Parts: sequence; C-alpha cells; structure tokens
Amino acid sequence: MRSFAFHRPTTLYEMSALLGGVADSMPLAGGMTLLPTIKQRLAAPAALIDLSNIPQLHGISAQADVLTVGAMTRHVDVAESELVRSKIPLLASLAAGIGDPAVRNRGTIGGSVANNDPSADYPAAVLALDATVVTDRREIAAVAFFRGLFETALEPGEIITAVRFPVPSAGGYAKFKSPASRYAVVGVCVAKKAGKVRVAVTGAGPGVFRVAVMEAALERTFTPDAIAAIKLGAENLSSDIHADAEYRAHLVTVMAKAAVKSALQTS
Amino acid sequence: MSNVIGIGAAPRRKEDFRFLTGRGNYVADIKRVDMTFGVFIRSQHSHAVIRGIDKAPALALPGIQAVLTGDDVAADGLGSLPCGWGIHGSDGLPMKEPPFPMLAQGKVRFVGDMVAFVIADTLELARAAAEAVVIDYEVLPSVVGVLEAVRPGAPQLFDDVPNNLCCDWELGDKVAVATAFKKAAHVARLSLVNNRLIGNPMEPRAAVAEYNGGTGHYTLWTTSQFPHVVRFLMSALVLKIPEQKMRVVAPDVGGGFGVKQFHYGEEAVITWAAKRVGRPIKWVADRSEGFISDRHGRDHVTEAELALDQNGKFLALKVVTLANMGGYLSTFGPNIPTNLYGPLLSGVYTTPAIYCNVKVIFTNTVPVDAYRGAGRPEATFVVERLVDVAAKEMGIDRVELRRRNIIAKESYPYQTPVLVEYDSGDPMGCLEGALAEADVAGFAQRKAASERDGKFRGLGYSTYVEACGLAPSRFAGRLGARGGLYESATVRVHPTGQVTVLIGTHNHGQGHETTFAQIVSEKLGVAFDNVDIVFGDTDRVQFGMGTYGSRSLVVGGAALSKASDKVVLKGKKIAAHLLEASEHDIQFEAGVFSVAGTDRSKTFQEIAGAAYVPHDYPLEILEPGLEEQAYYDPVNFTYPGGCHIAEVEIDPETGIVTLEKYTAVDDVGTVINPMIVEGQLHGGIVQGVGQALYENAVYDDVSGQLLSGSFMDYTMPRADHLPNMTIKTHSTLCTHTPMGVKGCGEVGTIGSPAAVINSVVDALSHLGVLHVDMPATPNRIWRVIQDATMPRAAE
Ligand SMILES: Cc1cc2nc3c(=O)[nH]c(=O)nc-3n(C[C@H](O)[C@H](O)[C@H](O)COP(=O)(O)OP(=O)(O)OC[C@H]3O[C@@H](n4cnc5c(N)ncnc54)[C@H](O)[C@@H]3O)c2cc1C
Repeated sequence: MRSFAFHRPTTLYEMSALLGGVADSMPLAGGMTLLPTIKQRLAAPAALIDLSNIPQLHGISAQADVLTVGAMTRHVDVAESELVRSKIPLLASLAAGIGDPAVRNRGTIGGSVANNDPSADYPAAVLALDATVVTDRREIAAVAFFRGLFETALEPGEIITAVRFPVPSAGGYAKFKSPASRYAVVGVCVAKKAGKVRVAVTGAGPGVFRVAVMEAALERTFTPDAIAAIKLGAENLSSDIHADAEYRAHLVTVMAKAAVKSALQTS
Repeated sequence: MSNVIGIGAAPRRKEDFRFLTGRGNYVADIKRVDMTFGVFIRSQHSHAVIRGIDKAPALALPGIQAVLTGDDVAADGLGSLPCGWGIHGSDGLPMKEPPFPMLAQGKVRFVGDMVAFVIADTLELARAAAEAVVIDYEVLPSVVGVLEAVRPGAPQLFDDVPNNLCCDWELGDKVAVATAFKKAAHVARLSLVNNRLIGNPMEPRAAVAEYNGGTGHYTLWTTSQFPHVVRFLMSALVLKIPEQKMRVVAPDVGGGFGVKQFHYGEEAVITWAAKRVGRPIKWVADRSEGFISDRHGRDHVTEAELALDQNGKFLALKVVTLANMGGYLSTFGPNIPTNLYGPLLSGVYTTPAIYCNVKVIFTNTVPVDAYRGAGRPEATFVVERLVDVAAKEMGIDRVELRRRNIIAKESYPYQTPVLVEYDSGDPMGCLEGALAEADVAGFAQRKAASERDGKFRGLGYSTYVEACGLAPSRFAGRLGARGGLYESATVRVHPTGQVTVLIGTHNHGQGHETTFAQIVSEKLGVAFDNVDIVFGDTDRVQFGMGTYGSRSLVVGGAALSKASDKVVLKGKKIAAHLLEASEHDIQFEAGVFSVAGTDRSKTFQEIAGAAYVPHDYPLEILEPGLEEQAYYDPVNFTYPGGCHIAEVEIDPETGIVTLEKYTAVDDVGTVINPMIVEGQLHGGIVQGVGQALYENAVYDDVSGQLLSGSFMDYTMPRADHLPNMTIKTHSTLCTHTPMGVKGCGEVGTIGSPAAVINSVVDALSHLGVLHVDMPATPNRIWRVIQDATMPRAAE
C-alpha cells in the first residue's frame, strides 16, 4: 500500500471541499472493496476521505411508504433493523446474506451501490424496488443509476448520501451464492407495487438488469409457476470458472421462482 | 507419581496456550536490528524468454539495497534447487532432470516463477523498486494440461526434454495383468481427472535471513516443516555454505499440509542476499503470492481398468496416469505420482496382478509436489471409484463386492503385487463398524424422505489403506530417494528430573508438544507438565528429517520411545549402584526404580539428581549426566486405513451437493491421544471433502494464468459446508513400530474424496451416471443431470 493522506470530515460541506480540492482523492466507506484494491496496488489514491463521521449519512428512517437508508449504514445494521424488517423484509434478509460477518460489520449500502459490482446484492433490490439514489447533488432513479460493469451515473466527487426505497406490497430476494466469495452467482429480486412487478437480476451478467417477460407474467399471476417456463437466453450472460452462461440462465429462473415464493410468504 | 498423563489420555494441548493468547512466534513476527525487506518479482507470463532486465530505474530509487537476478546467481556460481528423488523410467534410464534455478535463467516457465529479488530499507520502498524494474519478455506459447503437453507440436519447456516427458515410469507385472484380463468375465473401465489443489496453510510462507560477518555464520528463519533438510540441501547443494555455519530455524509455523516441506528458491535467495547486502532481510509472502508459488498438489489424468471373474473376484488392475509436474521438479515432485501412488493400488483387496504406468510431465504451471496424502488419495480414488463402477455394471451390491475382495484379518502380513507388505490391519472390521455407525440400515428411509422433497440422496463407501510413516531408508533408497528417512530424538533429563526433548520432527498444528510429552510422561513416570518438546532449530536439535507423510509419531515418536528406553536403562545402572543391587534386579515402574522383591527404591528424580551430582555414583562404569539420544529408521511403512461412509443430498434444480452425514472408522494403530487423533481425522476429512466438492486450481488454457488465484475464486471448505462427523477408531497394532502406532495425519484426506464422490454418483445412479469428476460443483452436477435426462436429439 502506498502512503496516502487521510481525512475524516464531519460535514458534507467539508467533505465536498476535500473531494473537490484534493487531487486523486477517494471516498472511503467500509473499505471492504477499496482497501483490498489499494493493497493490491490496483488503486493508488493520494487521499482517502473517510465518510464515517458525517451524521447525515447514517441512520434508517421511514415516512409513509418510503424507507430511507443512509449511505453509511452497514449491512449488519440493515439486517438487524426492526424498521427494515417491518417495512421491507427482503432488504433485511438480503443484507443478512452478504459475504460473512466481518464483511457485514464493515460494508455499507452506499459503498456497495456506488461500487456497482456485477455480483453485488443491493443493486438488484435498488432496481427492483425502483429506489431513488440520493446524492449530495441530486436524486437519481434506479433505472438511470446503474450503467454496466462497475459504472454508475455518479460524477467525480459526487457522493451517495442515502437510498430511498418505496415500500412494496410484496417482495423477495433469492440468491445463489458463490461458495467461495459468497457474492451472487445469480441473485434475483422481485417486487410488486400497485399492480406493477419488477424483476431485477444481479450476478448473471455484466450489470444488474430487468427481465420484462417475467415482469409481465407475474403481473398476470404472481406465483412461482407463472415464470417456471420462462428461460433466459445465455447469449449476454457471464461465464466463469464457477458457472457457465447456460447454467446462469437456468439459475435466473430458479432464483426468480424462489424470490416470488419468498415474496408470497412474507407479504 | 504425580500428574503422569500417559498413552491413551486426552489432555488439552500444551501448545494452545501460547497460540490462543497471541504469544506464538511466527517468522513474520521476527525483527532483527537493521533489517531490510525483500520482494520477489515473479513472472506474469506462463512461458517467456527473458530478453533483458533493466535494474537501473529501481537502483535510482531511495532506500534501495539491491536488485538481484539470475545473472547474479550465475556469476556467483551457485547451484540450482535439488530434487530429493531420482526415479527411473521403464526403459531403465533416469528421469529427465532439468535444473531448477533459484532465480530464472533466461526463461520463465510458469506464472509466479521468480525473476528477481529486490531489497530495500522498507517494504514500501522494496515494492516501489520492484515495480520500477523493467523486464523485457518474449512471450512463448504455453501448455498447462498434461493431455495437451504430450501432443506432438506442443510447446516445449526444456530443449532437452522431448515431449515434456520427465519420466515414463512403471510398476507391476504387465504380462500377468494382460493374461488376467483375457480371462476376465467383466472389465470395468474408468477415465478420471484428479483435480489440482492448492494447500493454503493459514500462515503464508515467509523467511528472515541474517549473515554474521564476524563468524561467517548464516541464520535463516523459515516457515518450514523440515529445517534440517533445508539446511542440508541449501548449504551443501545450492549455496555451498559449510553446514556448520548455517543455522535454520523454523519457529511456530501456521500449518503446512506439505506446502512447507520443500526447499524453496526463496530460502536460498534470501540467505545468499543477506550476505550480499550485509543486513538482515525479511520476506513475507502475501496470499496472492502463495497461490502462484506454493507448490500445488494432485493433477492427474487417469485411465483405469479392473478385471473381475464372474463372482466379482478382482483378477487384475491396470492404471495409466499422466501426472502434472508443473514447470520444474520440486523437492519430492517425481516421487509423489510414482512411488507414493503405484504401491497403493492394491488397496485393501486381494487383487493378484497390478500394472501401473505413470507419465510424469512438465507443463507451464506451478511445480506440483506433496500435499496432504500425496499420491495416496489419488491411488485410493482410482481404486475405490473403480470398485463402485464394477459393482454397478455387474449388478453386485457395492458392500458385498468389497467383502468378496477385502484381505481377511488373518491374512496379514500380506504381500501385495506392488512392492509393499501390509503388516497388520482389519479392513473388514472397519467396514462393519462403519456400516453400524453410519446407520446404513436407515438409509432407505432417509432417501425416501429426500425424494419426497424432490432431492436425490446417495451413500458412498471408501474402504482404503495408505502407506505412512515415511519411510524405511533402505526401501526408499531402492526407489530413488537421495536421502535417508529416519528420525532422531534426544531425551535430556535435567538434575531436577524434569525433561527436555529435542526432536527432529516439526510441530505446526499436529499437537506434538502434547503427544510426545505423553509418551515421555508414560515411559519415565515424569509429570506431563515437566516435559517440554523442542523442535525446529538446527542449532538446538541434533538432526531430523521433519514432519510430512504421517511420519512424526511413527518415526519420530519411535526414536523418542527408544531414547526414553535408553534413559531408563542408564537409570537402572545408577539405581543398582545406589541401592547396592544387581542391575538385573532393578525394576522401573511408574517413575520408581526398585529392587525386585524388596522395599528399597529410588525415584526417577533422585536418580537424575545423582547423575548430575555424582558424589555417590558408579563413575568407573558410567559417565555422569542423564541424556540419551536415538535414531530410528523403520523397517517398513505403516498401513493405517479404514472405512469412510459419506451421505449426500443433491438438489437437482441447482446441482448443489450437501454433505449430510460423514462416518469414519479408522485403524491408526495405538492411539496416544484420542482427542488429537480425532482432530487430525476431522481436518483431514475436511480437506478431502474440499477436493471432492469445492477446491480446484484452474489455469487458462491459452494464457497459462491461474484463474483461481484468490479465495474469491478458490473455494476452501468452510464450517457451514460440513455436517457433524462420526469419527471412531478400530485399531490393530502395527507389528514393527515400538508402540504399535501407525500414524493418522493423512488418513482423513486419503479416504474421503472417494467416499464423497461415490455418494454423489450413487445419488445420480438412477440416471445412469457412472462417474463424476471432482470437484462436484453445482454447475458440474447440473450439467451431468441435464446430459443424463435430456432426450437425445434425433439423428
Ligand atoms: C469477502 C467479501 C465478500 C463479499 N460478499 C458480498 C456479497 O455476498 N454480496 C455483496 O453485495 N457484496 C459483497 N461484498 C462487498 C461488500 O458488501 C461491500 O458492500 C462492498 O465491499 C462496498 O462497501 P464498502 O462500504 O466496504 O465500500 P468501500 O470499499 O469503502 O468503497 C467502495 C467504493 O465505493 C466508493 N464509495 C463508498 N461510499 C460511497 C458513497 N457513499 N458515495 C459514493 N462513492 C462511495 C469508494 O470510493 C470505493 O470506490 C463482499 C466483500 C468482501 C470483501
């Protein structure tokens, strides 16, 4: 690891000044992704701007049918939150299934969403629940936020402050974990709200995506059987030493069914 | 006598206190005055010519001490890394043995091959300097798989090794096997791959080296399972340092599994460099470096055939294997797929004729060497899979087929057709025990319950044997060993009667400090707490071959037992003098020397005191002091083994295999500490389950890059992958080791892969599946199910 400057601002204003003013600076959340990247010398920021002491980035709150999760909220906090469990249980169980306890005790929703790893869990929920990514500059709808492999709509120096999730009438998340990393080989989030259904898939391709045919089928009948016969083509899916594209395509259906089943059980 | 904790007891492990309280002393903990830091530059190419190395940009950086390359090694006239075994091919010619330079000379042959060593004042500066070194490579086509490596036109690693063939080795009676196959009522055939593994001990490899210009002495602290062997190989053969000026210390070592039982280039380079820069140097591998430089294990492609008569009696076995050696010959490399493989192919069966041919092949991959089990899991896998295939094809129950062929307890000692003679064993007893423990009778019910959930359930057996306690030197010498394989122990009794043992094995997780103390406590009647075990330092311990091949208790423990006996013998002589009796009338029991039939006695402590304060002492016939040493060279291998039964459930929708139950009944001979034996079995089984279901070292065919180069991609088995296991022993005593011990370090790893895969195949057998390669990952199992259930396309 090369040496770098370390700043821990306490206000968003101070943070923006540092991110804008210090060349090659990067925000640091839980460090679960960023620190290994730096240790492997794949990133060499001149300064790390630690977000942990900015009060606005913390906390979980709910108004009417919207749940707001601060960017620095750790996975363990989402997993254990009574508020999350009562409003959007799928989010709590998603967070409880991320990595291992060490990762959940450090990793944050903001870091995960900003990083947009193609195998990360949160992007599926953000997209399926039609959440809004709130930054220090603007609000970005989920559909416009994720832009493929590790790419997002965030501009340089722009920080996620929170994610706002509309509360669905039913929703579920099912994940086929990599036995090695525990990331999603395939994760499917299904959410229903006001008759509309969204199905978002992570892990299977270069970035999170929706499956329109499944959405349409589930809008007709919200049961696992409704999508059991829908098979994705393998063409645009990922292949690696753990899962080939055809297997991933198959798993999308299996996980989507499981997600619907879980949605029916928890709603 | 107070607090004797002897053979058969299960005290808590002595060594754990320092580990659990954070007071272990590992190589990475060592700090020396004025210490510098070293970084190895490793090849990023699997096969390339080094056209030039420009050190200048690195040497211009602050804090840099040196950049050393293969040219510097050559200029200093140093040797290459020796191979400890020289095997011969079926043509009678010695194996091809191209040099394994400590830093690459002109060419790199695998991703991770060492090109340069960069030393600077801090680790950060060394890393920065390493990045500044410019290496000009001419990339060559590479080959990573054995099947591809022997094809005509394949890339050649060495100019003088045609077809990348190191050795074409054979064992057994080819003619007898051919004759038996002609008479066979049935022949079972199997093609299989034994997957490449990476050991991944918890502690990465590390070394610290120091040179004392005043005395000319070198010290190397290294993560080694055999410091004396490193000293010998390195000082005599590589660096040509007088052996008495070289000290090698292997302090606390965080796991080995074989990975640390080789002499590595890093050790030689850092020792040589310490003198050149005139300051101590430290190198600690990071995990990524371990993946591409720790020696790998297994990696076979095999065709096997078993001939049976109409009653299912095995008539003959024929095995042809291509074994991957990687880019160079490592310390034990060519010995593993040959001498530790072929002689195990008899298994626990009466197969009268066996022939084995192994082609040992170079490829552009990390050198392959011993990994827990080493050769024996591979052999067991071939035999135990083939038995299941034969049973299925002949319609004979798998257990029944085993029963018909297992060597009866009364037939021991049993000479196999492949060199080894089993001294003792009771495989049938282990099988019967395991059938009961695993509740095989209740399996049908459990399977029906799984079926109701839409799952497949399977049961798998492995009745197996292994050769442990490496090894009888005379035997090993005939097979090509270039060193001896005995062990040594010194029992040093202090004037207080307390004891220090100096032993040549190395404890890196096996609990030797406890087990060996129990042996001494029992033999000398000394309190368990009054015995300390010293190991891992060539300046403290007389000599040793180290810990590997389940040899520590079998060979080292035997030396310790012998040395303890010598202490008692001398003690009797002292006691005879003090008690004014004949030496022959002195009895020793529970720490007391007494004159038979009288109440006259002396305690062990009194005798020790007399030996060191010889006021009243038989100086005419005995030297003062009470310290004895023994070297022990076994007359045969030991043959632990047993029966393992695995039970799995498969979710056909995802292909996920869940290990539901695991039962092991093993014959490890005398059990010194049942808790430690259970722990060794447990860990060994987990590693075997890892091979069967999870672990796989995968190379990219084209680039030769290791695709499974981190824990994000190399699946280590985890606690939540495993059920509680039932682990029992059913022991027969070894007839030739002093305490009847057989060793237990590797048994778990040897028996388990076959048991697990046999259970997976059993679960899929209704689909006509006869074999599944390891690891049985969800993707692979799903694919097998798809292929088996997919209607064949009309032709
Ligand atoms: C062993 C392991 C297993 C894992 N398994 C899973 C898994 O199963 N599922 C899963 O989804 N994830 C998994 N992860 C990822 C983990 O959950 C974290 O979410 C992820 O590492 C990023 O979160 P972080 O808080 O650690 O961010 P950091 O590592 O601190 O930052 C990540 C990136 O985001 C940027 N960043 C951080 N916060 C913000 C912000 N508020 N606004 C803008 N940019 C920001 C940083 O600059 C950096 O570029 C795993 C990680 C590890 C190490």
